[in-house]
Amino acid sequence: MKYLRLVLANLGRHKLRTILTIASVALALFLFASLRSVTTTLAATAQLGGARRLVTTNATGIVFVLPLSYGNRIKALPGVTGLSWANWFGGKYGDGKNFFANFAVDAESYLKLYPEFIIPPDQKAAFLKDRTGALIGKRLLRQFGWKVGQNVTLQGTIFPGDWTFTVDAVYTPSDPSLGDDALVFHHEYFDERIGRAGIAGWYIVEIDDPAHAPQIAKAIDDLFRNSSAPTKTGTEKEFQASFATMWGNVSFLMSTIGLAVVFAILLVTANAMMMSARERTGEIAVLKTVGFSDKLLFALTMVEAGAMALTGAAIGLGGAKLLYPAINFNGAGFLPGFKVATSTLIVGALVALGLMLASGLVPALRAARLPVVQALRHVE
Amino acid sequence: MIPIIYNVRSVVRRPVSTALTALGVGLVVAVFIGMLALANGFRAALVKTGSKANALVLRKGADSELSSGLGRDVASIIAADPHVATGPDGRPLVSPEVYVLIPLAKSFDTTQIANVVVRGISDQAWQVRNNVKITAGERPTSGRPEVCVGSRLTRRFPHTGIGQTLHFAGRDWTVKCHFSAAGSAFESEIWGENEQFMPVFRGDVFQSISFRLKDPAGFDEAQRSLQADKRMTVDVHRESEFYAQQSQLLSTILNFLAIMITGIMAVGAVFGAINTMYAAIASRAPEIGVLLTLGFRPASVLASFLAESAFIALIGGVLGCLFALPLNGIVTSTTNWSSFSEIAFSFRITPLLLLFGVAFALVMGVIGGFFPALRAARLQVVQALR
Amino acid sequence: MALVEIRDVYKSFQREEQRIDVFTGLTLDIEAGSFTALMGPSGSGKSTLLNLIAGLDKPTRGTVRVGGAAVSDMSPSQLAAWRARNIGFVFQSFNLLPVLTAAQNVELPLLLTNLSGKERNERVRIALDVVGLADRADHFPRQLSGGQEQRTAIARAIVADPTVMLLDEPTGQLDAKSSQEVLTLLQRLNTEFNKTIIIVTHDAHAAERAKTTLHLEKGDLIEKPRAPAMAAVR
Repeated sequence: MKYLRLVLANLGRHKLRTILTIASVALALFLFASLRSVTTTLAATAQLGGARRLVTTNATGIVFVLPLSYGNRIKALPGVTGLSWANWFGGKYGDGKNFFANFAVDAESYLKLYPEFIIPPDQKAAFLKDRTGALIGKRLLRQFGWKVGQNVTLQGTIFPGDWTFTVDAVYTPSDPSLGDDALVFHHEYFDERIGRAGIAGWYIVEIDDPAHAPQIAKAIDDLFRNSSAPTKTGTEKEFQASFATMWGNVSFLMSTIGLAVVFAILLVTANAMMMSARERTGEIAVLKTVGFSDKLLFALTMVEAGAMALTGAAIGLGGAKLLYPAINFNGAGFLPGFKVATSTLIVGALVALGLMLASGLVPALRAARLPVVQALRHVE
Repeated sequence: MIPIIYNVRSVVRRPVSTALTALGVGLVVAVFIGMLALANGFRAALVKTGSKANALVLRKGADSELSSGLGRDVASIIAADPHVATGPDGRPLVSPEVYVLIPLAKSFDTTQIANVVVRGISDQAWQVRNNVKITAGERPTSGRPEVCVGSRLTRRFPHTGIGQTLHFAGRDWTVKCHFSAAGSAFESEIWGENEQFMPVFRGDVFQSISFRLKDPAGFDEAQRSLQADKRMTVDVHRESEFYAQQSQLLSTILNFLAIMITGIMAVGAVFGAINTMYAAIASRAPEIGVLLTLGFRPASVLASFLAESAFIALIGGVLGCLFALPLNGIVTSTTNWSSFSEIAFSFRITPLLLLFGVAFALVMGVIGGFFPALRAARLQVVQALR
Repeated sequence: MALVEIRDVYKSFQREEQRIDVFTGLTLDIEAGSFTALMGPSGSGKSTLLNLIAGLDKPTRGTVRVGGAAVSDMSPSQLAAWRARNIGFVFQSFNLLPVLTAAQNVELPLLLTNLSGKERNERVRIALDVVGLADRADHFPRQLSGGQEQRTAIARAIVADPTVMLLDEPTGQLDAKSSQEVLTLLQRLNTEFNKTIIIVTHDAHAAERAKTTLHLEKGDLIEKPRAPAMAAVR
């Protein structure tokens, strides 16, 4: 601890340089944390899904629908304990610039299968009773300034016309990865307005035991194998994961850029450290004359580098950790539950540690190996 | 003026420091060029998809081909419309199209599923979309379950070779040909005959109708007349504008990312450049003192050190261009969320983009060098020589 | 046994193609409690000799013993620890760390000991008191005059109570008045505190203050005993 003052005094020698070095490390780690969080958030979304929930879609592709009549046949299968269905609506609000998910669900069964939607009981009751009611995520309240009880009108893009709903209830997701920016309304009302077409975009099947998922999925698909609309059933997790893979190489891109950032900053920081160490050649020789050992000088130089790297890391990582929740960031709806994971903080801290080792090593070795007589001649 | 050779020699005399700073700047420039090349490539793919001479008809209110639906009656009305150009054989250049997405597993990892566009066309489509060229094989025969595969799909998806069989919508489809479309999004699609696709997909309904305008300048007139037609409720888009608009969401995301990431990186690199220059100037204070004693004006010293910083940055800029160049042409893919379909596109580096990269480096160098250079210029001779 | 024993020391440097022999078989004793001035022209090996005694440099051949310890045989880390306890070194250009205050500069050698913070502060206060700079403890080097800087450096050299003090041209950068102050201080340290002092100088006035003067020329010792008359003047 007694050497701390020496390290602090050295850091204070060129305050501006020290601050700039710390700031560039902080920026690098902020960017690193942000980019890595995109990847981890996408991965977390892909992990979503209850173990006891299966999703049945049209085997031809997700844009195709299934007959509503499938419901009763699925429900009759052994091991199936609950069933609901939904249909993508794809309406837009206002100029359509602020995209959000909206779909029709069989409300009563849907909310039973999804306890993740936390809704005040009185609002829930109101929504279930109201045929043209809507349940919305709490983000939409803020985004559009809607209020409970208000009427909102969406323009259908797939199902033409103006669709007006009453905002009856607001949900908060128990897991932020689920997103809090969807609007759902009654499938019954939807079916009625599109002329009783009797379609469901997908079925959600609750099963008794996650271990039975493969058999039950196969049983469902077997039921409709030779019909005009064969099905494809999988766990909800697989369903979610298929959306995540649609981003393609985005994750790879993000990690490549993250690496480039860290490397670029490393070069620049290491250079700044080496240049300031070079200026102190004479002082290091003096300290050696006084009796400071090579090891001690090596350690002191490393601690100096470490102090800058870790301060920068704390600011950059802490900044990312605090900033995103503060601005309620969700990547325009594409990254629900965006958060800087603990693993990112750990990896970031390790990166900072590596930065410290890499940028401090050359000056520290130089300090330790400096031949005193030669260095003193340089000073005298 | 202080001769520039003084700075060049000073830079060369500290090769490690110069190399590290230049490399740092180079990486920033490389990421900058790379990100813009990505956005550029994506935009290019979608903008090229549409032709100015074509119009695209969708159901009123539909914001993508996927959400649209048009009956055969609409197709007949449009085919008979006087604004539609006619081909050499006297038939109207109209292609009523089926547009659906099918899940296809990728070659390199079959758990990766992409939603690929399957487009059912009329035989007139090859004339309407005149940027489409068959690169191998022959056109599918009418009335047969045959398809033609876009060139960007062939390498990334299995069973897309000529003579091979793709399985979708519960049927087998023979691949008869491959086509290119000048780098446009069509190259990420599978084309077949609309009459073949209708029964297996959504029944007797088209998603869009494309036609060649008799007079490309008369689009507004054609749009007004078709949208006013009481027999149908349609929106008429100029094809080029429609696809450009489809790219907006994703290119906004890409541009935002490019600016945010390179912005933050650039600030970091500028900080580094400032540090390097401050250190360089601190170690050369006596030299600066001599220069000032010899009678060089402070303004010359300022210019000299700015030039030195800019010179290092220029090396970095050129390095960055060299790092980025190999990216050119690399194909990547993602989902275009506006249409929900997978689209492949390539990094597209243009000379202008490289010029931007070098200019960006120079700006970083000048900003990074300014305050240190100012300090050098303001050095008191006595202090500097001490 | 003498405090400093130099036995048959050879030292040569390789400068580019040329080999320069500084010492060829130098033998020399310096007694405890002495105040020795090393004089001689540039290149005579004065500073090299000082560096050898301080263990900053190693002889090509031969042994250097200080207080019985064979300095020339120690490893670098042993040397560092040994120096911290036994050597107080003062440079021509003071070499204070600009980022530390006078007191913090003086404290540096004590950081290498096991003393508590309180004990260190006490020792620093005493050392600064001895050199007459108690009221300058919290000044930074740039706020001190040349003479004050050199006295701070001397305080740094004595604070750990070393066996021997080595001074390399300590008055080389000082004006006449400051030089006198520094030399008087050194004499006091020698007589009052019985410090062994070896000073390299080419200033005759400085050498006069020493009890013994050794002349080096081309690495050889030319002993010129002090004229008793001159000592009597003092």
